[in-house]
Amino acid sequence: MQNETRKQWLSSLATADENYLISLWDNLNMKIEYNWLREPEIGSVMVQGKVGATGDNFNVGEVTITRCSLNLDKKIQGHGYVQGRNKYKSKIAALCDALMQTEKKEIIKRNIIDKLIKYKNNKRNEILSKTEATKVDFFTLVRGEDK
Amino acid sequence: MYVSVKGGEKAINNAHSWLSEIRRGDVNIAELNIKQISEQLTLSVDRVMSEGSLYDKDLSALAIKQSRGDLIEAIFLMRAYRTTLPRIGSSKPIETSKMLCLRRISATFKDIPGKQKLGPTFDYTHRLLDFKLLADGEYEKAKIEKYDDKEIPHVLSFLNKEGLIQKEIPSGKTSKDITRNPINFPLTRSERLQSLSRGDEGFLLGLAYSTQRGYARNHAFVGELRTGYVEVQFEIPELGIEINIADVMFTECESVNQFKGSKKIPAQFTRGYGLVFGQLERKAISMALVDRSMRWKEFGEEYLGVAAQDEEFVISHCDNIQATGFLEHIKLPHYVDFQAELDLVRKIREEYKKNEQRT
Repeated sequence: MQNETRKQWLSSLATADENYLISLWDNLNMKIEYNWLREPEIGSVMVQGKVGATGDNFNVGEVTITRCSLNLDKKIQGHGYVQGRNKYKSKIAALCDALMQTEKKEIIKRNIIDKLIKYKNNKRNEILSKTEATKVDFFTLVRGEDK
Repeated sequence: MYVSVKGGEKAINNAHSWLSEIRRGDVNIAELNIKQISEQLTLSVDRVMSEGSLYDKDLSALAIKQSRGDLIEAIFLMRAYRTTLPRIGSSKPIETSKMLCLRRISATFKDIPGKQKLGPTFDYTHRLLDFKLLADGEYEKAKIEKYDDKEIPHVLSFLNKEGLIQKEIPSGKTSKDITRNPINFPLTRSERLQSLSRGDEGFLLGLAYSTQRGYARNHAFVGELRTGYVEVQFEIPELGIEINIADVMFTECESVNQFKGSKKIPAQFTRGYGLVFGQLERKAISMALVDRSMRWKEFGEEYLGVAAQDEEFVISHCDNIQATGFLEHIKLPHYVDFQAELDLVRKIREEYKKNEQRT
């Protein structure tokens, strides 16, 4: 498996809007058998910054993270590392991660991952276009004596 | 003699029942829900996340509701919850140059690549109460414009190219997590910044203001201020793959200070740095100014004996949970301690009387 693409889908799942991800998953109505390797647990990740944006690392503060791991048929493992404290979101992420390694890949990609990417892009575009509207256009006034 | 006493259990329970009722307020008014708080009191939510040192909007909103809007009490609740969380790991250092900016301004350069973008700011408002908000539901919609989706470089990187500003280069020094290790002075700059980032906004504002008024002689410009979302990258331990595990809003401030030069360093501009969760620019600017004033030793500047230069003073007092814990504990029963003091004062007075009678 290419790590780049797995990195991409894991990132989309991790930062997904939880209600949106849950509704996408529930709409698929899939019944998946799995075993827990690690049941969902809530924890934190310490976020590091850089001094002056380029220097030494420093600890800024923590962010809540929920994680779980499971396997399908004792073979394929799925990991659900997600932002926030929603255990169901974490489980869905782990199931999607596992299913992305099976023949169900296309269903999950089309109905979940692609939609999450689109959702995030729309949010991003919304922010960028609003920010752009607050761009300052400077102009210089002509002074009287310069006439 | 003092006999230990028990009691107060009923009083405490009843006090907490009344607290619960008074928190709810008039039942004829709709109850606040967590989403209303996290969507509409966003800057309170940001402050509680920043000083609570935990980025989680729902928890922050819950803490604000539970504390009846007392933000320090809410921060206390966040800190207490934070200590119960297992630490899964540490992120890669964030790249603020890749921030998805809502706001980005510089007070030192007018024309900058990426331009000045005001974002949703209180600046340039007239600070007049808006009675329209008393009525229901009216608001203006944000305008939109076409944009180039380019990275917005840091303003100070341009000064860097001319060598006019001190560079921030990794020193290779290791720093401790101040939430897991006791603080030993002197601290590294990284440890100071961790402490400032979770420090009390009001305390840092006061100290920063003191430097502007001359107590540390550092006149700062805001080289750059930016607010927006940054991707937090984290390596999944089971896979060794680095993913974007969280999107977190930060405000970053880089201050620029003139520096005449010293035996160690030629004249150049120097920097202070502020980085905080959420849209808290007053705090980010304060942090940058206080960071800079504590760097006097590094630049071979004179120590003027002022509070903002004294890292032990600043770091030991900037944490509002430590401060309020110690301050508020004196309202709890101190009957035994006070009884001892009472006896002592009585004794001294008796001796004083005896001496008076003798003369």
